[in-house]
Amino acid sequence: MSQTTGAGAVAGAESLPPVFDEAGRRELDAVVARYPTKAAALLPALWMVQRKHGWVSPQGMAEVAEALALTPAYVKGVVTFYSMYHQHPVGTHFVQLCTTTPCNVCGAEKVAEAFLRATGAKRLGETSPDGAWTVVEVECLGACGFATPVLLDDDFIESVTPESVPAIVARYR
Amino acid sequence: MGYPHPTHPKETPVLSRHFGDSDARSFDGWKRRGGYASLEKALGMSREQVTEEVKTSGLRGRGGAGFPCGLKWTFMPKQRTQPHYLCVNADESEPGTFKDREIMRWTPHAVIEGAAIAAYAIQAEQTYVYIRGEFTEAIAIMQQALDEAYIKGVLGINAMGKGVRIDMTIHRGAGAYICGEETALMNSIEGKRGNPRIRPPFPAASGLFGCPTTINNVETLAAVPPIIEQGGAWYRAICLSNPNSTGTKLFSVCGTVRSPGTYEVAMGFPLKDLVHDLAGGMRPGRRLKAVIPGGSSVPILTADEAEATLLDYEGCVARGTMLGSGGVIVMDDSVDMVYQIMRLARFYAHESCAQCTQCREGTAWTTKILQRILHGQGKLEDLDLLLDLSEQMTGTTICVLSDSCAAPVVSGIRKFRDEFEAYIDSGRAVAQV
Ligand SMILES: Cc1cc2nc3c(=O)[nH]c(=O)nc-3n(C[C@H](O)[C@H](O)[C@H](O)COP(=O)(O)O)c2cc1C
Ligand code: FES
Repeated sequence: MSQTTGAGAVAGAESLPPVFDEAGRRELDAVVARYPTKAAALLPALWMVQRKHGWVSPQGMAEVAEALALTPAYVKGVVTFYSMYHQHPVGTHFVQLCTTTPCNVCGAEKVAEAFLRATGAKRLGETSPDGAWTVVEVECLGACGFATPVLLDDDFIESVTPESVPAIVARYR
Repeated sequence: MGYPHPTHPKETPVLSRHFGDSDARSFDGWKRRGGYASLEKALGMSREQVTEEVKTSGLRGRGGAGFPCGLKWTFMPKQRTQPHYLCVNADESEPGTFKDREIMRWTPHAVIEGAAIAAYAIQAEQTYVYIRGEFTEAIAIMQQALDEAYIKGVLGINAMGKGVRIDMTIHRGAGAYICGEETALMNSIEGKRGNPRIRPPFPAASGLFGCPTTINNVETLAAVPPIIEQGGAWYRAICLSNPNSTGTKLFSVCGTVRSPGTYEVAMGFPLKDLVHDLAGGMRPGRRLKAVIPGGSSVPILTADEAEATLLDYEGCVARGTMLGSGGVIVMDDSVDMVYQIMRLARFYAHESCAQCTQCREGTAWTTKILQRILHGQGKLEDLDLLLDLSEQMTGTTICVLSDSCAAPVVSGIRKFRDEFEAYIDSGRAVAQV
């Protein structure tokens, strides 16, 4: 379901630090304690991986599998189901903008074009040549009255218009 | 108050009365507004009394299906022989729907309080609040409120000092519309792919981790504290039309209106007033063309039908549609219906979990045929093909995502056939697909 193709501008898998070092392990243990099974901590554990590495690499999946006593194949099966886990490195800034019907009738596709222009990314789903920006189109972000909503990294920005895009991009540069 | 607009005189603010008031977010601010008095009251009642009060209120599920809330709670086993769970459905991903996000970001403690009362009523020691992954702001606000509730002793092994264990955990989703379907949601919490499960068994018999489970929507649970506080009879009396639809409902109005936003009105409120009055009506020079009143999964109404619709469960059914989640999508005469229906079909094709053939193939095929029509390469037979396909996608799958794709397609072709035929006859192609 992921729309990210990722141009691979970011560091490769070789150099990734472990997620479940002593501090990571403690954090994971606290999560596991909230559930009757270890496997239930899988989504939270994958979020920890993405927070640390910026994406969920095969190495990250293997680490999660080991920590939760699952197989890497099982973990991969789950990762591929959810569109928010990046299976490839993405740009330094990741822009997810909604183009589903309610936003679409308010001109969301124009906002998408404005983001491509302002970031230099050539196409939706591709990372800009400088590795700084990946812009993707996503389905309804649950903020349809604030067309067009944009999730820029972890910041939820409401009511973005083509005119307001350059200033937003400048703020994150 | 109201957000993003001040409360309109025709609104009935119960759940939304603190929207826009950031002071209501903190524990102390919530207490100052009478918060947690309902939980305290509920913990002093028997579990049966709490459930009975909710039954009396007539409160029905606000997640889309409209199932009576109190009745759902009675399906849980009376004797607890294994853990019971409550899941709060905060996945809010149905296009057009953005009310739960407002509830969570302005009144997080209302959600916690309502969930705690429900957890007590169904003997759930652990509650999971499943919030969609994209709601970064709502997740942060809810987590902070939850941490405060623990520090203040509202939650935990001895909730409010009443000897009851009520634990609550936020579980962040990771981008999948289908995880709002209750059995997919449970699989997702268990660390699995979010595939819906075949029923029976129903969640109250065997749900999360194979244990008795109740799933309720955020808005449903946020309505529980006022019901406990002021009584089921008070809530039941809030009703403008059919006695089987009671209380207030949050309608999130979006699309081509002047003042999109979340509005809270009594059940039975005229859709016409919601669109033209509360939401400010059409932009200058524009006329109303169509309304999807209950989130993208329900049949489309023409302007005439919409203007005759009363917003409650029965009123929507009377017009051939459904109240659904209360996500009201408004479209004016600038909207290309064929393009937007294709866009909805594409949504369902993207979000299908792909377990059932009718859904996996049907949503993709529907999208392709609509795109072909938009490329100016459609044939008149395509419309019959789409209708036939939709029929095969309805009532044939594990969950209703497939039916949801068919609803706008069928109603769209029936009611706006001339727009489809115009593409087909002229061979005209849309600019971008
Ligand atoms: C495809 C699909 C998506 C759904 N998405 C949501 C959702 O995002 N939020 C929600 O509360 N209910 C959603 N539902 C409805 C739930 O399955 C369930 O009926 C509801 O959470 C029960 O709570 P309630 O009785 O309080 O409404 C969805 C159902 C389906 C079939
Ligand atoms: S359609 Fe864009 S946020 Fe819902």
